[in-house]
Amino acid sequence: MSGQQRENIFPTRMALTNTKLRLKGAQTGHSLLAKKRDALTTRFRAILRKVDEAKRKMGRVMQLASFSLAEVTYATGDISYLVQEQAKSASFKVKAKQENVSGVVLPAFEVDRVAGSDFNLTGLGRGGQQVLRSKEVYAKAVETLVELASLQTAFMILDEVIRATNRRVNAIEHVVIPRLENTIKYIMSELDEMDREEFFRLKKVQGKKKRDAEAADKLLKAKADAAAAVPEELEDINFEGGGGGGDLLSSKDEDVIF
Amino acid sequence: MEALFFNVDSGFLEGIVRGYKAGLLTQNQYNNLTQCETIEDFRTQLSATDYGNFLSNEPPPISTSTIADKATQILVDQFNYLRSNAVEPLATFLDYITYAYMIDNVILLITGTLHERDTHELIERCHPLGVFDSMPALCVASNVEELYHTVLVETPLANFFRDSLSAAELDDLNIEIIRNTLYKAYFEDFHAFCQSIGGPTFDLMSRILAFEADRRSINITINSFGTELSKEQRARLFPTIGKLYPEGNNLLARADDVEQVKAACEGVADYRVFFDSSSSGPGGGSSRAPPNGSTAHLLGDLDDAIGVGAELEDRFFLHEVHLNKQVFLQQFQYAVFYSYLKLKEQEIRSLTWIAECIAQDARDRIHDFIPIF
Repeated sequence: MSGQQRENIFPTRMALTNTKLRLKGAQTGHSLLAKKRDALTTRFRAILRKVDEAKRKMGRVMQLASFSLAEVTYATGDISYLVQEQAKSASFKVKAKQENVSGVVLPAFEVDRVAGSDFNLTGLGRGGQQVLRSKEVYAKAVETLVELASLQTAFMILDEVIRATNRRVNAIEHVVIPRLENTIKYIMSELDEMDREEFFRLKKVQGKKKRDAEAADKLLKAKADAAAAVPEELEDINFEGGGGGGDLLSSKDEDVIF
Repeated sequence: MEALFFNVDSGFLEGIVRGYKAGLLTQNQYNNLTQCETIEDFRTQLSATDYGNFLSNEPPPISTSTIADKATQILVDQFNYLRSNAVEPLATFLDYITYAYMIDNVILLITGTLHERDTHELIERCHPLGVFDSMPALCVASNVEELYHTVLVETPLANFFRDSLSAAELDDLNIEIIRNTLYKAYFEDFHAFCQSIGGPTFDLMSRILAFEADRRSINITINSFGTELSKEQRARLFPTIGKLYPEGNNLLARADDVEQVKAACEGVADYRVFFDSSSSGPGGGSSRAPPNGSTAHLLGDLDDAIGVGAELEDRFFLHEVHLNKQVFLQQFQYAVFYSYLKLKEQEIRSLTWIAECIAQDARDRIHDFIPIF
């Protein structure tokens, strides 16, 4: 079982301290990530709502725009080629800037309109007003489009980030933290075990020492007893042998070196 | 006197054109068309009219531009039939009608040449009425100088070009200014030609041409507000025919806003009503409804002048139709040919509008076309 895994470390007190620190770090990280996720989700919902609005709006604006083009066709006929040829510089530019939402960089597109006069003489003879109007309406439509693009990009990126964050939160919550906890438990149990062993060994040593001491005592006692018995024997010998024991000088004692 | 011998040369064609005119769609048919739910219904409705099966070979889905193209093709066929049967001076008269389209086509080619595009593909985009035999020759020209000389030599527009423009001007002037300069020359020339025909033709044509010229002047004025077109340049684009000439044109040349345009038109009773926003336009037709709520909301910051201009454009169309309809009340004149062409064009525009409204599902605007009868 993966949740019950533990890290492969040597159960020492040092490792225990380290692991405890890491557990603390993981918990802090988890709460931070969870906060981030909540913030992102709030933002995500807001964007989702805006995307929905923008899409609906775009439908209307686009319809209006293509209708205004129909009005132009009604008034002036086909002007596409003239407009194509006379458009020299872009009057509608899109600028990208960046926005920071809890550590996520979202690109935001901004419309930059230059009041261009590239083909404002188109339809001078007739239909110029319709052309102008159509131009305005289409500019509006493109504006909506840019807005939508910016929202949509933010939507995609946020989605990705939220997923990643979720994965991390889950990983920390369900894998990292249990594993660290298991490790700590393991180290503790090992340490306890070692404590117990030590205690037992101490006891054992003590027991042995006691036994040895007793044995030594016994031996001493026995020796003492034996020592008490020897002079009697000697007397016996003296009594029995008579000569040998009495004449210390005649017999060479090994212990006496002088 | 001209009525006596009119039928010798042109009676047949006048009969034809009056027959064509009877084939224009009626209010009833328009009503049916506006009821259509889909373009397919629209086609079925049209097949019961003079258009017949003009869309029958089109694979669905039919786009509105296809409808416009096919309808224009019918008009062009009719016109070509008239043109090939015409004798002088009607032939020249019909040629003059085509010059307007030629101007547009040549302008298109000039635009292409100025931007060094392949002008051959532009030929397809030209209006079929303005196509002339030597048009492919214009495509050979690789620079503006050459093009200018080719235009002078090859096209019937030489008069307009020679008098109003030089080769150098083609290069630096805005293409729209060139176009309107040419139109000015064209209107004046056409007017002079009609004068040479005289009789009822001149009576009727001068009325129509005067209106066309004034319409152009007013439009140019309104459309040039807020652009780089200077007042002197603007004044030079105004045709010198028309009811506004000369005082009205002078006022227009100095105008800075719509109010001053309105003041300039005060002198002509016909035009006064165009600016009267409370009236619904002459002829009792449907003037364009003001932009609906959502439009106003979305375009809140648009200039009011645009609304005025757009409405004005519709009244011009309405008045044009009104004038052209009146032409048919007189016999033995050539203006009917011109009027028929214009009415038919208006009809095609209306058809395209209705088709567009059906395609885009804009039911509330579907009645904003201009019915003829």
